[in-house]
Amino acid sequence: MEDNFNPDLRDLISPLPLGRSLFSAGMTAIAFLLTGLALLPLLAILAKILIEGVPHLSWEVFTSLPAPVGSQGEPNGFANAILGTLIMVGIGAVLSIPIGVLTAIYLAEFGKGKPIASILRFMVTILSGVPSIVVGVFAYGVIVLTFKGFSALAGGFALAIVMLPVVTLATEEALKLVPTPQRLASAALGANPLQTTFRIVVATALPGITTGVLLAVARAAGETAPLIFTALFTQNWPEGLLKPAPSLSVLIYNYANSAFVEQNQMAWSASAILVGMVLLFNILSRLVINRRLEK
Amino acid sequence: MTDNLQGESSGDRPPTDFEQIGSEILATGQFDVWVSQGFGWLVAGIAGLTTLLLFWIGWVIFERAQPAIQAFGWGFLTSQEWNIIDLKFGALPYIYGTLVSSAIALILAVPIGLAAALVTSEKFLPPWVRSPLAFVIELIAAIPSVIIGLWGIFVLIPVMQPIQLWLYKNFSQFPLFSTEPFGPGMLVAGVILAIMILPTIAAISRDVLLAVPSDLRTASMALGATRWETIFRVLLPTAVSGVLGAAILGLGRALGETMAVTMVIGNSAQISPSLLNLAYTIPAVLANEFAEALDDLHIGALMYLALILFGLTLAVNVAAVFMVRVLNHGR
Repeated sequence: MEDNFNPDLRDLISPLPLGRSLFSAGMTAIAFLLTGLALLPLLAILAKILIEGVPHLSWEVFTSLPAPVGSQGEPNGFANAILGTLIMVGIGAVLSIPIGVLTAIYLAEFGKGKPIASILRFMVTILSGVPSIVVGVFAYGVIVLTFKGFSALAGGFALAIVMLPVVTLATEEALKLVPTPQRLASAALGANPLQTTFRIVVATALPGITTGVLLAVARAAGETAPLIFTALFTQNWPEGLLKPAPSLSVLIYNYANSAFVEQNQMAWSASAILVGMVLLFNILSRLVINRRLEK
Repeated sequence: MTDNLQGESSGDRPPTDFEQIGSEILATGQFDVWVSQGFGWLVAGIAGLTTLLLFWIGWVIFERAQPAIQAFGWGFLTSQEWNIIDLKFGALPYIYGTLVSSAIALILAVPIGLAAALVTSEKFLPPWVRSPLAFVIELIAAIPSVIIGLWGIFVLIPVMQPIQLWLYKNFSQFPLFSTEPFGPGMLVAGVILAIMILPTIAAISRDVLLAVPSDLRTASMALGATRWETIFRVLLPTAVSGVLGAAILGLGRALGETMAVTMVIGNSAQISPSLLNLAYTIPAVLANEFAEALDDLHIGALMYLALILFGLTLAVNVAAVFMVRVLNHGR
C-alpha cells in the first residue's frame, strides 16, 4: 500500500517537522511571556496604589490642609491641592476647548480637502508631540517672567497648551464621522453653514467631542512637569490667579522625595485619587466610543 | 458660501442647476451671508493661531535663551561644566543622559511592544480577549508620569537593586556594568521609560498589523507556512515602516519624558559608560532648576537646553509622522 503513495502527497499528510513546530510553539511562548511582561507594570502600579493609597483615604484628606510634619492628631489632608488642580485644569479647559473645537471645525468642515488644512493638521499633530516640560518652559517665558512671579494662571496656560491638540484631534475625528448627507439635508432646508455646523454637525458629534475633552482633562490633571516651575506649590489655599497654586501632581512629586514616611504615605493617597480619576475618565470615554460604534 | 457645505460632493464636478438655485436662495439673506462668511474666517483664523502656537513656543524659548547663546555659542553643546555659582554652563552630560536613557528604553520596549501587538492583533486569542487586552496595555499611557515615578522610587528601584548588583558582580569587566549600583541610575531610568513608551509602540504596531490585508495571511498559510513563518516572512516585512514609525514616535516620547525619569535617574551630571551609574537628562535638569533660577544667564542656559530638547523632539516627531503617513498612503 505505502509504495503506491506519491512521495509529494505523503508530505502533505505527514505532521509538521519537529523543528518547525518547536519554532512555532517557542515563539508563541515568547510572545505571550513578553505580553505578560507588558502587563506587569500596570498591574503592579495599580496594586501598590490599592494597598498603600486607598486604605488611607478619609474625609479629612479631602477637607483639610497639609499638617506640619510631626504634628500628632492634627487633621492632615490636601484639599488645597485638589482645589488648585481643579482651578488650573479649569483654566486649561476654558482656554483650550473653544479654540480646539473651532480649529477642528476648520479642519473637518471649512478647510476640508484644502492643502492648507492638511498642513495645519500636521502642525497640530506635531504640537501634540512637544514634551510637556517644554510647554512649561514656554509658559515660564511668557507668563512667569512677564508677571514676575509663579502663578495659577501660568500653570493653567501651560495645561491649556497640553490639552489643545488632544481636544482638536479628537473633535476632528468626531466631526469626520458625521455623514455628509446630514450636512446636505441641513443645507437643503435652508440652513447657513453656521447653523449646519452647530445645530447638526457639532450636535451629532457631541459624544465624540466629550470623549476628547474627558481625555484632555484627565491628561492635564496628571501633568506635573509644566506646573513645577509655573504654578509652583503652596501649603495653603490658592490665593488668586496671580499667586502660586498647589496641585495634586506636584504634591505627589514633592512628597515622593520627602524623607518623612507620613508624607510618602500622603503621596500614595493623592495618587489613588488621581489614578481613580484618570482611569474613570478613560473607561468612560471608551464606553462613549463603543456605544457610538454599536449604533 | 454653500460650496463649503457641499464639500466633497461638489468638489469634482460642476454644480448642478439645483445646487445653484439652492445657493441663490441662501444668498438672499444678506445677514446670513455675512454671518456665514464671518464664521468661515473666524474658524480659519483660529486654526491658523493654533498652528502659530508651535512657532510662538520656538520663538519665546529662542529669545529667552539669547543670553546663553551669546555667551556660550555652539560650545554649549560640547562643554561638560555646569556651575551655577561661576555661571559656567555646558549641556553635554544632559544630552548624553537623554539620548542613552531613551536608547535603552527603545531596545527594551520595541520587542515587548511588538510581541504585545502580535498577540492582540493575530488570532492567538478569541476576539473578546484580544481587544480588552489591547486596551489594558494602552491604559498605562494614561497613568500620570509622576505616579510612575513614585512607583519607580518605592517599588522598581528596590526590585532592580539585586539585579543590578548581580550584573555588577558578574560582569563588571564590561564597561556597561563597571560601577557599583546606587539604586537609582541610568538603567532604572531606561526601564521606566520603556514602560512608558511601550503603549505607544504596541498600539501603533497593532494598528499597522491589523491593516495588513488578510489575503496575505491566507495566501501564506495556504502555501504551507506556519503562523510564525507567516509573521516573520510576510506580516513583519509588510508592516516594517509602520513599526519603525511607532518606534520613532516612542523615541520622541522618551526624549521629552520628565517626571518619572527625574525621580529615578539620580540627577548627577556626569558621563559614565556604566549603565549602573547615576545620570541626568535635559528634562530632569529643567524640572529641578527652573524654579530656583534667578540669574539671567542661568535662566538663559536652561532655555538653551529647552531649545535643544524642542529641536530634537520636533525632528523626531516630524520623522515619525512622515513615516506613518508614507505607510497610510501606500495602502
